[in-house]
Amino acid sequence: MSDLRELYQATILDHYKKPRNFGPLAEATTHVEGHNPLCGDRVTLHVLFDGDVVRDVRFEGSGCAISTASASMMTEAVKGRQRAEVERLFERFRDLIAGPEGSEADSDELGKLAVFSGVREYPTRVKCATLVWHALHSALGDATTVSTE
Amino acid sequence: MKRAADDPNVAAPSLDVKRLREDFPVLQRSVRGRPLVYLDSAATTQKPRAVIDAVARHYAEENANIHRGVHLLSELATTAYESAREKVRALLNAADVREIVFVRGTTEAINLVASSYGRGRVGSGDEVLITAMEHHSNIVPWQMLCEEMGARLRVAPIDDRGALDLEAFERLVGPRTKLVAVTHVSNALGTVNPVREIVAMSHARGVPVLLDGAQAVAHQTVDVQALGCDFYAFSGHKLFGPTGIGVLYGRAELLEAMPPWQGGGDMIASVTFEKTTYNVLPYKFEAGTPHIAGVIGLGAAIDYVQSVGLDRIAAWEDSLLAHGTALLEALPGVRLVGTAPDKAAVLSFVLDGVHAHDVGTILDQDGIAIRTGHHCAQPVMDRFGIPATARASLAFYNTLEELEALAAGLRKVAEVFA
Repeated sequence: MSDLRELYQATILDHYKKPRNFGPLAEATTHVEGHNPLCGDRVTLHVLFDGDVVRDVRFEGSGCAISTASASMMTEAVKGRQRAEVERLFERFRDLIAGPEGSEADSDELGKLAVFSGVREYPTRVKCATLVWHALHSALGDATTVSTE
Repeated sequence: MKRAADDPNVAAPSLDVKRLREDFPVLQRSVRGRPLVYLDSAATTQKPRAVIDAVARHYAEENANIHRGVHLLSELATTAYESAREKVRALLNAADVREIVFVRGTTEAINLVASSYGRGRVGSGDEVLITAMEHHSNIVPWQMLCEEMGARLRVAPIDDRGALDLEAFERLVGPRTKLVAVTHVSNALGTVNPVREIVAMSHARGVPVLLDGAQAVAHQTVDVQALGCDFYAFSGHKLFGPTGIGVLYGRAELLEAMPPWQGGGDMIASVTFEKTTYNVLPYKFEAGTPHIAGVIGLGAAIDYVQSVGLDRIAAWEDSLLAHGTALLEALPGVRLVGTAPDKAAVLSFVLDGVHAHDVGTILDQDGIAIRTGHHCAQPVMDRFGIPATARASLAFYNTLEELEALAAGLRKVAEVFA
């Protein structure tokens, strides 16, 4: 059970049961769909850019606890931030979960997102946690659909 | 697959599961410090020592190419390969060994029929009829064929229990229907289709029938002559045999009339640059060096499963299904998906407020292996309005205790998400 609590931390379960920033966003300037073919999960991300700033971001879709909580916490973490900051956060988050050994140590700037560190021990769940981040990453570029494959 | 096992007064069938489990090396291992509880046999079955040894023995003692060498090893390998074909014939009770074609698996068997039979018989405006419970491998090859030929794919509906709507099916067999392709047993729902009726209804209108037997062969006796089907496909690895080997049974008359599928060695009688004469059945459809060791391993798997007895296997799996169904139904928040009256030992379910993926991860911590997701049957998930299910799929080596472990594991899942 203790191992499981490493993965299913209270914060993660809370965001799974009560996802923040969930729903459509009429004023969004970019919509990106993310798809995990492994489990069929889909997430749609709506982003409102104001120049280089992520003014607002919301998401829709159904997924597991890890992917839903990741989406929910990501929206909170990036709202109001500059593109460059968001890109950096994306890289830090990726390192936290799936980066080379040791790279996860440098995770101070992730703040609350560090609760996902447990995912590292579950290789089959890495894609659940990173799907929405990949969607965001492509929203920062131009692509409109992403897949974890 | 009848429900005699529902009656607790009926004695448990005489299957010494404890002893039989010893035949499976992997079932002796532990996972994350707990004994492995393997409930994913619909994905692939575990292999008995007899199969592993047969494959190893082939490579260690008689490895050679078949059908061409004059030397002793080639003769031994050819004999072993062809005797496995006879074992498959006997397993399916096919009339003639020429009707047994070795392929990579069920998927390849269906693609072979779609390509070789379908292209010659299905034309513009024609129809291919499947059901709403098919695996992607019995959907996509037909979609590709229909797209290429300008034909139409028709889908017979299923009801809320996951049983085929047989009346609707019958209405869909029409003058333009050129082929019916139906699963014998649903991998996602466990539904056992009324395949005799399906064949009778289709034949009454002169339409041939392909049955996808991937989920059937390891769990019940299959007699293709009694069923009357025209094609029957299955995979060795779901019958305790190796991966990468499967079987297409086809009625000789149909196979004779079909063009070869792939060209190459072994499928020819003679080749000149002007003209090639094709080999006789079944070799016409076996181009290139086949998966010799896989075929030999499949032969060993058939010997093994016959020694256990498919009727006894079916009876034991019925008791497992009844017990597992009762256990899951008693758990709060669990809803079974797939409750057809005639069902194989597949327990597909959703748990309130918990995604199947999380169920799978938490069970895995206790060494319990289940499948989660759409089970390569996305239209089935759409039919039930769910993204995914958790699925425990059983084989004869499973025990009542393992089902108890599953139930205990699910209580733990509920606790984590409480």
